[in-house]
Amino acid sequence: MSDLIVILIPIFPLVAVLLNGLLGGRYSHDVAHRLAWGSVGLSFLCAIGVFAETLNSGVAREVVAYKWIFGGDLTVNLAFLIDPLTCIMLLVVTGVGFLIHLYSVGYMHGEEGFTRFFTYMNLFMVSMLLLVMGNNYLVLFIGWEGVGLCSYLLIGYYYDKVSAAKAASKAFVVNRIGDAGFLLAIFLVFQNFKTLDYQQVFAQAGQLSTEMATAITLCLLIGAVGKSAQLPLYTWLPDAMEGPTPVSALIHAATMVTAGVYMIVRNHVLYDMAPMAMTTVAYVGGVTALFAATIGLVQTDIKRVLAYSTVSQLGYMFLACGIGAYTAAVFHLMTHAFFKALLFLSAGSVIHALHGEQDIMKMGGLKSKIPWTHGLFLVGTLAIAGIFPLAGFWSKDEILAHAFLHGHFVLYGMAAVGAFLTAFYMFRLTYLTFYGRSRVDHHTAEHIHESPPIMLGPLVVLATLSVIGGFPGVPPEDGWFHHFLHKVTAQVGGEVSGHDAGSGLVVTLMLAATAIALAGWGLAHYLYSLRTETAAAWAERSPDVYRTLLNKYYVDELYDALFVEPTKRLGLVWDWFDRHVIDRLVVGVGDLTHSSAAASTWLEKYVIYGGLNAIGYANHLLARSWRKIQSGQVHHYAAIIVAGLFILVHLVLAWWTGSGGILR
Amino acid sequence: MLQELTFGFPILSLILFLPLLGAILLALLEEEDLIKNAVLGISLLELVLTVIVLLRFVPDSAAMQFSERLAWIPPLGISYHLGLDGISVLFVGLTAFLTVLVVLYSWDTVRHQIKLYFVALLALETTMMGIFAALDLILFFVFWELMLIPSYFLIKLWGGGAERQYAALKYVLYTLLGSVFMLVGIVLLDLNYHDWAVVHHIEPAYSFDFLQLLTIPISAEKQVLIFWLIFMGLAFKAPMFPFHTWLPDALLEGPIGMAVFLAGIKLGTYGFIRFSLPLLPDASKSSGVASTMMTLALLAIIYGAIVALVQPDFRRLLAFSSISHLGFVVAGLFALNFQGLQGSLLTMINLGFSTAGLFFLAGFLYQRRHSTQLAAFGGLAKKVPLLATYLLIVGLASIGLPGTNGFVGEFLILLGAFQAHWLYGAVAVTGVVFGAAYFLWYYERAMLGPLAQSAGQAIADLSPRELIIAVSLSVMIFWIGLYPSPFLKMMNGSVQALVERLDRGAVAERSLGVRGEALGAAQSPSRSSAPHEG
Repeated sequence: MSDLIVILIPIFPLVAVLLNGLLGGRYSHDVAHRLAWGSVGLSFLCAIGVFAETLNSGVAREVVAYKWIFGGDLTVNLAFLIDPLTCIMLLVVTGVGFLIHLYSVGYMHGEEGFTRFFTYMNLFMVSMLLLVMGNNYLVLFIGWEGVGLCSYLLIGYYYDKVSAAKAASKAFVVNRIGDAGFLLAIFLVFQNFKTLDYQQVFAQAGQLSTEMATAITLCLLIGAVGKSAQLPLYTWLPDAMEGPTPVSALIHAATMVTAGVYMIVRNHVLYDMAPMAMTTVAYVGGVTALFAATIGLVQTDIKRVLAYSTVSQLGYMFLACGIGAYTAAVFHLMTHAFFKALLFLSAGSVIHALHGEQDIMKMGGLKSKIPWTHGLFLVGTLAIAGIFPLAGFWSKDEILAHAFLHGHFVLYGMAAVGAFLTAFYMFRLTYLTFYGRSRVDHHTAEHIHESPPIMLGPLVVLATLSVIGGFPGVPPEDGWFHHFLHKVTAQVGGEVSGHDAGSGLVVTLMLAATAIALAGWGLAHYLYSLRTETAAAWAERSPDVYRTLLNKYYVDELYDALFVEPTKRLGLVWDWFDRHVIDRLVVGVGDLTHSSAAASTWLEKYVIYGGLNAIGYANHLLARSWRKIQSGQVHHYAAIIVAGLFILVHLVLAWWTGSGGILR
Repeated sequence: MLQELTFGFPILSLILFLPLLGAILLALLEEEDLIKNAVLGISLLELVLTVIVLLRFVPDSAAMQFSERLAWIPPLGISYHLGLDGISVLFVGLTAFLTVLVVLYSWDTVRHQIKLYFVALLALETTMMGIFAALDLILFFVFWELMLIPSYFLIKLWGGGAERQYAALKYVLYTLLGSVFMLVGIVLLDLNYHDWAVVHHIEPAYSFDFLQLLTIPISAEKQVLIFWLIFMGLAFKAPMFPFHTWLPDALLEGPIGMAVFLAGIKLGTYGFIRFSLPLLPDASKSSGVASTMMTLALLAIIYGAIVALVQPDFRRLLAFSSISHLGFVVAGLFALNFQGLQGSLLTMINLGFSTAGLFFLAGFLYQRRHSTQLAAFGGLAKKVPLLATYLLIVGLASIGLPGTNGFVGEFLILLGAFQAHWLYGAVAVTGVVFGAAYFLWYYERAMLGPLAQSAGQAIADLSPRELIIAVSLSVMIFWIGLYPSPFLKMMNGSVQALVERLDRGAVAERSLGVRGEALGAAQSPSRSSAPHEG
């Protein structure tokens, strides 16, 4: 019975995909969207059931659906692993997913391809559920590429827009670079363990050498970096904002992009054995957190600011993984899902109100016109900035504190500066959007309207979660959340986190974090509320810095010049080579014959048929029928080919005779 | 591998000659509709027969099943010997399946010399069935060569391109060039047998029988020589890089129906797994051969994919993508381990659904725009959403997306190659990235974006007949992708036997008891084999 509940979780949305995908055109939009969110709702209920069961029993269990790929020493089942980590991911994915589906009913209302949208969204849910539920690397990989496909389809939802189509392809291809790394990791795992099941792999992990563990985990990291948009493969995520806003909220903020973090936490047994890989993960995260935050400072597209913020926050999660704070990473993953989904969906509400406008320079003063949206966005901002006692405060503080207490001062510094920047750019966004003088153009301004309840309802739930979502993790390192996840994330060495450092230090760090967040808020308040001309003046004073940030450090241009263009040029060169060199080699032999037609006729007459007779009559008959269909100079080619072969045959037989002595 | 199972009824002969008989029947018919319906009926009947074979095939077995043997030219040891094992059985089904789809596709797209076209098509089916069912090397070779005749006419007479004459001839000449080498290789195998038979006083002293050749020792040096001779035949046919230049021409100039077979039925690589690897195991695993083959395979993967990236014509793109995919297949074969071989075999079948499927879709596009050039497309998804959807599904299968058949095969190949040497796997895996790049980039430019000016006129979405083709392909794609179990079970027994054969080698004389028994089994199948039951 309980096995059935587990299997039903991905089945519900799958059924909705099939119905809406195959029959969606035959019934109304109302039926389509009810199927869509209803199925995710049912999955959510099942997830709660599974969660309750795990909470009671406290043991991990596996549910095998069927045998998928097998042969030789390889057996891969389509099977699920239910443990505390999976439960948390299930609740986040189905819960937040359900809310976003509901919101989409309002947001996508009247869009062309309404049913298509929900089909893709449900397909995404199926893939994401496989990703977090799989009991082995290959089921994870189905989900992994499946969410990539849905991301592709949904980024390219407005596929007649060139920018959307390009962004979609880019997302898929960049992700595939990561996937290639992931595949290599899977191969290494199989080579070492002869199995792909997590539990068997982790049970035998002890036999692994440090070098091998490092190789596996670094390959996994390549995959994680692609999916979770970290340096150097983050470039697809900002472009992914071409998709509808609920997509950005669900896929490109709350769930899919956190898959890399999930994967690292899932594999922490291997990471724990590879200090070098851990350090790499931590610095990839730290540098990305800082790097993306600096770009976020100057962007003017409301969704792009949030996109860079997502990249930056994912960096925090990587940093947490890299310093062994796995629980903190999952904790931040969860709270981030709440407040970032809230922020994106509120931003969607703003865009909805302004009929598609995304440029914050054309907003301003919206607070009074869409008060609900303003309030909700503000909650999200406070949460992400890390203002006490909202969700983001607890999870971010825990990462900072862990870094500091374990002596990772450089990483702590990066994270602290990043936190300051986060607070700054988020409040900058809030001020520019909702406060000050309205810069909305006259025509749009007349039609500004608050979003319908179907959109605001899910936002209120997300806002509530953004406020209280941190409490399961209180007190730091010792909350309910930590105890629940402990079985999964406990480090191999049995090292217990160091809150023996003294509660005084912990409180000091909390105060420091709060001060940092408030400082960021203060600066944003000064620049965008009190002295609105100062920011522009700063930008003018150092135009190079400003332009570099605005152009995202020219990384896209750099990648184009380094990888994309050279590959295309190589393709053109090889194409030429194919037509003019490789192809000419054989034709060239024919040209040779052309100049000695008489010789070839002679060859044909006396040598070839003689030769063919010697070889066998089957080919002889064939050659004759072939002769009938030949035309023009072709028989010269044929002649020389066969003549050459005849000589070759002789040589071969002579060699054979010499060494084998068979021909008598 | 040596065991044979017979079937109460010569079903393989029926499968082999039903299309040919059908072709003769067609010659008697005059009316166009009648001809089309007759062809459809014949190809469907053929499909039913192959489905019966697949259903009655004993899975997880290495035995040659449905075995039939008649003497043909006894003094030379040439026989009419047919049989299917886990390696060949799926190809027979695939060939029949694709033929039905090609008949459907050709229904209203072939407009002249209709009767002759379908006669050629059915003749082609017979020769391909012969290639897969033959267990005598001469019989195999005869079908191999005979296949050129219908192929030649199909390309030359019904091709859409201006250069179709050239393309047809090029195809025939290249294949012929290779097969002469192959014939020499086959003769040398026979001579090696003869050498052995004389010593052991066995009459007749010649044999081209695959199962008999398997039982005798052959020195490693001879194996290497024969390997490269047979390689020439297979490499040209496959085609492997750098023997591939006939393929883009044939696919571009020839009719879609022919392109489906050229791209979908992997005869060349089938030859490797059917004959080269089991008959010449020591050559195949010798470092010189294996590393050369692997190098060619990896070159093909990357070369094919990168050249495909810049092709403005969809069919030319598919030609190079085929070359890249063949690189994967060869890489899996010469990984010489279970996963590699299993993956290669499955991928050969998969390409019959994905690459061949893409040619059908290219055909659908060609019917609408009279070109497969990029210039004729742009933003078509708005106009033909169904076509665009199926193009995406089949395309994603061809780039190995999990959930589709392509992934299962590609994953196994990569896993096998990686186990052979991590560097092989690491290089091959880049093909995964380039594959996504060339397909999605083309798809983006052809299907997405604003509707191109040139595509302004009204064009219809998939017709019911086209939909049948697209849906049947998609069903196979998801079936093998999500639940490959029946297919894997059918091939696993033979793959395991092949792995053991490769381990054991063929240099040493095998112990007498085993050999005697094996020879007995091979020479008189009816006496020593267990009666077949389904």
